[in-house]
Amino acid sequence: MGSKIKSVYKNIGLPRLIIFLFFILVVIGAYAYGLGLPALMGNVLRRWGMYGILVLAMVPAIQCGIGPNFGISLGIVCGLFGSLVSIELGVGAKVTASLVAGGTAAEAAANSGAWVSFGIAAFIALVLGAVVGVGYGLLLNRVKGSEMTVSTYVGFSIIAFMNIIWVILPFVNGDIIWPYGGKGARTTISLASTFGELLNRTLGFTLFNGEMEIPTGLLLFFFFICALVYIFMHSKTGIAMSAAGANPTFARASGINVDRMRILGTAISTALGALGIVVYAQAFGFLQMYNAPLMMGFHCVAAILIGGASTTRAKISHVIVGTFLFQGILVVALPVANKLFAGTDISDIMRIIVSNGIIIYALTKVKGGATNEE
Amino acid sequence: MSAQYVLKMDGISKEYFGNRVLNNVSLDVRPGEIHALMGENGAGKSTLMNILFGMPVIHNTGGFTGTVEFDGNPVNITSPQQAMELGIGMVHQEFMLIPGFTVTENIKVGREITKPTIASRIFGKSMERLDRPAMRADARKALDTIGLNIEDYVMVSGLPVGYMQFIEIAREIDKSNIKLLIFDEPTAVLTESEADRLLDAMRVIASKGIAIIFITHRLDEVIAVTDSMTVLRDGQLVKRVETKDTTAVSIAEMMIGRKVEKLLDEASDNRVIKDDDLMLKLRDFHVDMPGEVVKGIDLDVRRGEIFGIGGLAGQGKLGIANGIMGLYKTSGSVELDGVAVDTKELGDALKKGIGFVSEDRRGVGLLLDESIESNIVFSAMQIKGDFLTNLGITKLYSPRKGKKHTDEMIKALDIRCTGHDQPAGALSGGNQQKVCLARALTLNPKLLIVSEPTRGIDIGAKKLVIELLAKLNREQGMTVIMVSSELNELRSLCDRIAVVAEGKIAAIMKPDDSDAQFGLAMAGYKGGAE
Repeated sequence: MGSKIKSVYKNIGLPRLIIFLFFILVVIGAYAYGLGLPALMGNVLRRWGMYGILVLAMVPAIQCGIGPNFGISLGIVCGLFGSLVSIELGVGAKVTASLVAGGTAAEAAANSGAWVSFGIAAFIALVLGAVVGVGYGLLLNRVKGSEMTVSTYVGFSIIAFMNIIWVILPFVNGDIIWPYGGKGARTTISLASTFGELLNRTLGFTLFNGEMEIPTGLLLFFFFICALVYIFMHSKTGIAMSAAGANPTFARASGINVDRMRILGTAISTALGALGIVVYAQAFGFLQMYNAPLMMGFHCVAAILIGGASTTRAKISHVIVGTFLFQGILVVALPVANKLFAGTDISDIMRIIVSNGIIIYALTKVKGGATNEE
Repeated sequence: MSAQYVLKMDGISKEYFGNRVLNNVSLDVRPGEIHALMGENGAGKSTLMNILFGMPVIHNTGGFTGTVEFDGNPVNITSPQQAMELGIGMVHQEFMLIPGFTVTENIKVGREITKPTIASRIFGKSMERLDRPAMRADARKALDTIGLNIEDYVMVSGLPVGYMQFIEIAREIDKSNIKLLIFDEPTAVLTESEADRLLDAMRVIASKGIAIIFITHRLDEVIAVTDSMTVLRDGQLVKRVETKDTTAVSIAEMMIGRKVEKLLDEASDNRVIKDDDLMLKLRDFHVDMPGEVVKGIDLDVRRGEIFGIGGLAGQGKLGIANGIMGLYKTSGSVELDGVAVDTKELGDALKKGIGFVSEDRRGVGLLLDESIESNIVFSAMQIKGDFLTNLGITKLYSPRKGKKHTDEMIKALDIRCTGHDQPAGALSGGNQQKVCLARALTLNPKLLIVSEPTRGIDIGAKKLVIELLAKLNREQGMTVIMVSSELNELRSLCDRIAVVAEGKIAAIMKPDDSDAQFGLAMAGYKGGAE
């Protein structure tokens, strides 16, 4: 019995246990302060699905050997671009209009339009992300050994670069451009008229007298994408990719082109990042442009590491557990901290400490190879 | 030599989670004595050394029972620092050197000789200046002691592996209080000539009154250099004997507890090997493998034979195997069973039916963190698409087929493990080698190339691997190429042996050719047996 408990404990790991207990603690704290637990928990679920795919994007990157993809911002800007194009084209709105003209109920028509614009945004995001990811993979193949540093700076650089691009892109749609001046994208762009909260509303319902919203569609979509990635990771190519990451010389000896596998993993990671931000934006209701995605890579890395991944091995379960714990603590702990230290800015400071502290912790835990002597 | 012991470990027992790995073991070493600690992998050697060194892994798992006496005083060593202060040094198998430092700096690191300066008078000892001439003199003395002819100001990075080992030793003997030095398989990574020099150095060190504990698998070295030995088996003390009272055969017997005579007991051999029925044909084959360059060889391997490739380290025998598999740049032609193999395309050799077991088991041969199952099915899945379920849009790995095959292989090759999902890194060397073999066999190859199949595994496992190769050859008619630096092994198993010297085939010999003929061929003399 003792050994069974030990093995379960070993599976969970001390850090996750501590964080889980901390999570329970803040939940109790939130209850004690009367902070409206159902609403908070609804929020946790929403953020879980919202960040989930972005965190999932870390899995192919870690597995193929490039390590945690701090440069996920590259995928994120692809997703933002895809969303902008979808809004600009306005196909969703046209579909809605023609459906209404054809006699469909207004709400159903709006929903169909939203799906169309979401689909276009997701499609452009995925394709663009994959293409950009291939180039990014080629770059990372030239800097083997320092991927983490390079990807961090690629992530920062692309945000700065796109800050210029967002201003000069010739958008004309009124939702996108600044109301005055009429040029360049706004810092936050409302998705209310396109696909805002589309997945959240789908099959969504409320509990506790409407206090707790369950974003069923969002979570289902998240789990669906997780399942797709899981299937891929257990396919022939996925297994080859994992082997290329775990031991490149081993993979080579079995006739696998390691560089190509790394490019593939990077491309999938970037594409997932692009899709991830589209899903994130719809749950949030706004597109956040310019510097908003600057630190998102760090949060995603922190989340998957908290879930039990290392910088060399990651599983889907790490994504699901890690995102829940990370977002859960942020959502619940911050209002509790604000109550506890009223009138301070402690919540934001805590968010920074938690996310960066977890990255540091995980990086100190990078394990070497297994040993066979006793 | 005084009869007083410098180290006396008595009644040592140790359990890991209820698993008794040492049971009432004692180890006594006299000053100035070279004492061998012998045993198969898993016999408890490392645990005993960990206890002596006060490694945290011992204390984190509940400590041990028994007494340790060092230099006549009972001691309780709780940390490696304390062990070092007592005068126990260790030469590691993996080198603990700083590549960007010079030889002197590596030897004196942490024990620098310093001179006071103005700043040090004000700010304390950390601001003192290094007394480089004194340090160099010390380093020189240590290097001369072990007979290493190397300038003390060169950088460690870029030195040959053999030299690094000597610098480690120089660092240990430079410590003024050193009384006991542990060598943990120091010759495993050295070539034969380097190993000989190391043994000489050990004799010199011992003659200065420093006791040495020598851990090794190589019996001839033990016979050559040690005064006495302690043999462990399965955590039990078998015997402490004086080397002069014993022989290699009886040591081997003590270690594995069963008689070792020949590596292969030939039962029946009714193979028909025809000289014109070729399995592998190499013509003008060059391989650009660093340290193992092959400079144009022609080689014919007949169907159904076991063909050996021998030679000293660095002469190119490993290059032949790795080149055929396409792992390094090659030129020339390779033909398998009449079909050309494109060695420029990675994996083509595997596709055409050549199985390969790499000499670098832990580096190339295995995914250490992955299960035995993943390791065994990997190549066949990638190359031939086995163990997959076709879902139409994609092909998924089928754990059911994989597990079935793995269980068969575990049974067929007698892989000692807790199950198909045990990580390969947790297995012993011999069992890891069987996993590598299983992966190669899963491809159903026409030709199996095994490179250094017995490197770093104990005698018992060695015999099993050799027998397995013989069985594959005799029963399934598989053609086998075995690359090995152990001539005895090749001679006990192979039908013909090619000896490689300086990137070319020096001679193709029969196993019963005389030692002198083999010796000449290894040294690169042309015109051996054939």
